[in-house]
Amino acid sequence: MDFIPNTDADRAEMLRAIGVDSFDELLAAVPEGIRRPELRLPPPLSEMELASEMRSLAEQNVDALHNACFLGAGSYNHYVPAAVSQLLLRSEFYTSYTPYQPEVSQGILQATFEFQSMICALTGMDVTNASMYDGATAVAEAALMAMAATGRCKVVVSGSVHPEYRAVLGTYMQSRGCPVFTTPVSRKGDRIVEEDIAALVDEETACVIVQQPDFFGRVRDLTAIVERVHAAGGLVIVSSDPISLGMLRSPGAWGADIAVGEGQGLGSPMGFGGPYLGLLACREKLIRQMPGRLVGQAFDAKGRRGFVLTLQAREQHIRREKASSNICTSEALVAVGAAIYMALMGPRGLAQVAQLCYEKAHYARSRIAKLPGFRVLDTGPFFNEFVVETSVPPMELNRLLLESGIIGGHDLSSDYPGLDGCALLCVTETNSRPQIDALAEAMGDIAAAKGGAR
Amino acid sequence: MTEPLLSEISRSGRLGHQLPESDVREEEVEGLPAALLRDSLDLPEVSENEVVRHFVHLSSLNYGVDTGFYPLGSCTMKYNPKVSEDAARLAGFSAIHPYQPEDSVQGALRLMYDLQTVLGEISGLPAVSLQPAAGAHGELTGVLMVRAYHESRGAGHRKKLLIPDSAHGTNPATATMCGYTTVPVRSDSRGNVDLESLKSAIDEGTAGLMLTMPNTLGLFDEHMEAIAEIVHGVGALLYGDGANLNALLGVAKPGDLGFDVMHINLHKTFATPHGGGGPGAGVVAAKAFLADYLPIPVVGMRADGRYGLNYELAHSIGRVRSFYGSFGVLVRAYCYIRGLGADGLRKVGENAIINANYLRSQLMQAFELPYPRSCMHEFVVTGRRQKASGVRTLDIAKRLIDRGFHPPTIYFPLIVEEAMMVEPTETETKETLDAFAAVMLDIAREAVESPEIVKAAPTTTVIGRLDEVAAARQPRLHW
Repeated sequence: MDFIPNTDADRAEMLRAIGVDSFDELLAAVPEGIRRPELRLPPPLSEMELASEMRSLAEQNVDALHNACFLGAGSYNHYVPAAVSQLLLRSEFYTSYTPYQPEVSQGILQATFEFQSMICALTGMDVTNASMYDGATAVAEAALMAMAATGRCKVVVSGSVHPEYRAVLGTYMQSRGCPVFTTPVSRKGDRIVEEDIAALVDEETACVIVQQPDFFGRVRDLTAIVERVHAAGGLVIVSSDPISLGMLRSPGAWGADIAVGEGQGLGSPMGFGGPYLGLLACREKLIRQMPGRLVGQAFDAKGRRGFVLTLQAREQHIRREKASSNICTSEALVAVGAAIYMALMGPRGLAQVAQLCYEKAHYARSRIAKLPGFRVLDTGPFFNEFVVETSVPPMELNRLLLESGIIGGHDLSSDYPGLDGCALLCVTETNSRPQIDALAEAMGDIAAAKGGAR
Repeated sequence: MTEPLLSEISRSGRLGHQLPESDVREEEVEGLPAALLRDSLDLPEVSENEVVRHFVHLSSLNYGVDTGFYPLGSCTMKYNPKVSEDAARLAGFSAIHPYQPEDSVQGALRLMYDLQTVLGEISGLPAVSLQPAAGAHGELTGVLMVRAYHESRGAGHRKKLLIPDSAHGTNPATATMCGYTTVPVRSDSRGNVDLESLKSAIDEGTAGLMLTMPNTLGLFDEHMEAIAEIVHGVGALLYGDGANLNALLGVAKPGDLGFDVMHINLHKTFATPHGGGGPGAGVVAAKAFLADYLPIPVVGMRADGRYGLNYELAHSIGRVRSFYGSFGVLVRAYCYIRGLGADGLRKVGENAIINANYLRSQLMQAFELPYPRSCMHEFVVTGRRQKASGVRTLDIAKRLIDRGFHPPTIYFPLIVEEAMMVEPTETETKETLDAFAAVMLDIAREAVESPEIVKAAPTTTVIGRLDEVAAARQPRLHW
């Protein structure tokens, strides 16, 4: 099925009007030897056949709608209200382009302005942009911002920031000739310990990047590190899960200069990793270094209020090689989805989702702590993720849990060699008490069958 | 009518969504220390029905491809198939976690593997990464690969990237992000890369040339083969900005034209929705000799014949984002390609080119054509003739809005004064093209007979031209 409405008769008429005898005449500049190549592709499908084919591919996947999911680690199974999906199907939104003509794009522009406003409230920051690609690239671009703002070259990042975020930071930094220092994370008995990040801060430090809750789910007092970095003249970047901000003290309240994060939890499905939503918010003083689009309020000649892309002189289409970033297309529609989610939830709903995640995760941890064959690591205060040492290797445990319709936690071995045999479990508002009890029972049975405690 | 902000319709006590009660509340769960908690959260309180009305009203203030003709040059605003929307929303695609065991997501991995294969075939560049989230992100990825390639061969002294003066702004911005100095290459009077300018700019210190083909003037470069020879001749690589790939479907493979690595905009050529500015996907495709430099992971076939994630690329530039790519966008692109097949894709290229040339033949009756040869899938006209009566391209664009059409791209490329870049795409009917041409010719007449009407436009929209200067001087970026 193609979507080409013109017929042979239409084309014949058009070719006549153009003044050529055949389509090939229009390809005169294309080298003859390689013109009109064969394309070896599967044969075309009618819509009915295509729908069937896509369904059969989808059905080969074990999904979280039909199985209990306890995976987090940067992608979260939160409930998406029906109104979000329905509103995102309004094709005036999803089939539109970047709003360069504001008079016919007030829908996207205002929705984005509202998104920006609500993220500012959530993060406690002065200004937010219209989105980055994801949490990882938001961290990377925040580091570049800090380097531009301070004129300094050294980046310090906590080892308890998501491993993939640190990897992306490394990729973005590779052409800069500037060092990235990472605090080592290791295991000491029942605790996960991180070397003191303040020790790495000096007068060369452009920024320190921390995550809250961190990759292991921990929540800590950031006062000391913020003070240390500011005293040295650097900037503090805090990466947060926005759902946790329904409960936790905001990056702004901690004194952060830039708040970044992954907005997927605000109304988007896990979607096998994308498309996601990078959040980037900062203090007013950093606005000129901020990458990405910004929507601002404006007025027409009749005094009517509207919205428009603004401060475009930062961006690639104006500044070209001097732009603060090369970003053009970002995640506009995903941001609109987040705005709709936050509008539906409101302050009470977001606080409630966070509270449910918190309580259920703590209940799950306390049940698992009582199981022979498992040891929960002591990480201090945590939000909705925690680390469990498993007597059965995590990969094997997860394989067996799948047989009971349970998607188990994230194996930490490859990212943290000191945490070999440990899994990161996540609980959200979508996990019922019976699901959590079933997880604990299944884990207990599996450990018992394999011959027990460590 | 304009729509109030959520903050303006908020009323204390209103609830938009009801969550279930906690089923673990009776257990003793200690709260966090107060110092870790927030005091308050200042967000609007709105009921569900108000939220729905609000966003429905906002959507009615927005123009999309489903509303009407959207001839934005280099954006490829083609029809977005609805069967793809259904496919992307299947639970088996949307409700899966990227860290699930590979054996539990074989359908997803297979889709990605097959998409890598078909995009490799279409582009003639078999080493494919689906990871980048947008065209500019794909550019960053591709240029980092060029850099890594030269570094690995001891050619790290190559610090320059050549970029035509007609290039999209993301090209030089990308070059800077990768640590390169940009060197401009001039275009000639026929809209080609000026070979003399290229030869004098290029040397052993050049890492590569970033080239869009067809170029941003909608023209196929008459020196394409010579350009590739010159670039490769000094040991540099040819990077392809794939924004205009729609014109090459079934016409020529970028790999055959001499490109070493390119990015492909799935949200342009492969009909995934633009979303008002994303989500998109900027797939990177490269010649086999660059396969080891691709970002990790790529999807491969395991020894047991099942699909898996391959992190073992010897010279990989690393990750460019979290997880594996904008999977929901990949699903839609895959769906589109499976629906069209080779024949359908060939027809896309053919009809995109015919539609553009036809519309060009109509508009040239009143608008200046800066380049005197046939175009590919898009073309540039200028508003220079109309300037004589004080009407500028901006005014023409705003008057088009009054007449029910979204304007083409304006003031780009920068090398054409008062530019209008028009890309109809293959999914438009001849009648739509005729209607658009008729309105454009009428506006040209208005520009002469009653220019003040054109300069006052738009007058039929919910708001008129906004004072962007004042907005930038005193930015108000949240409510």
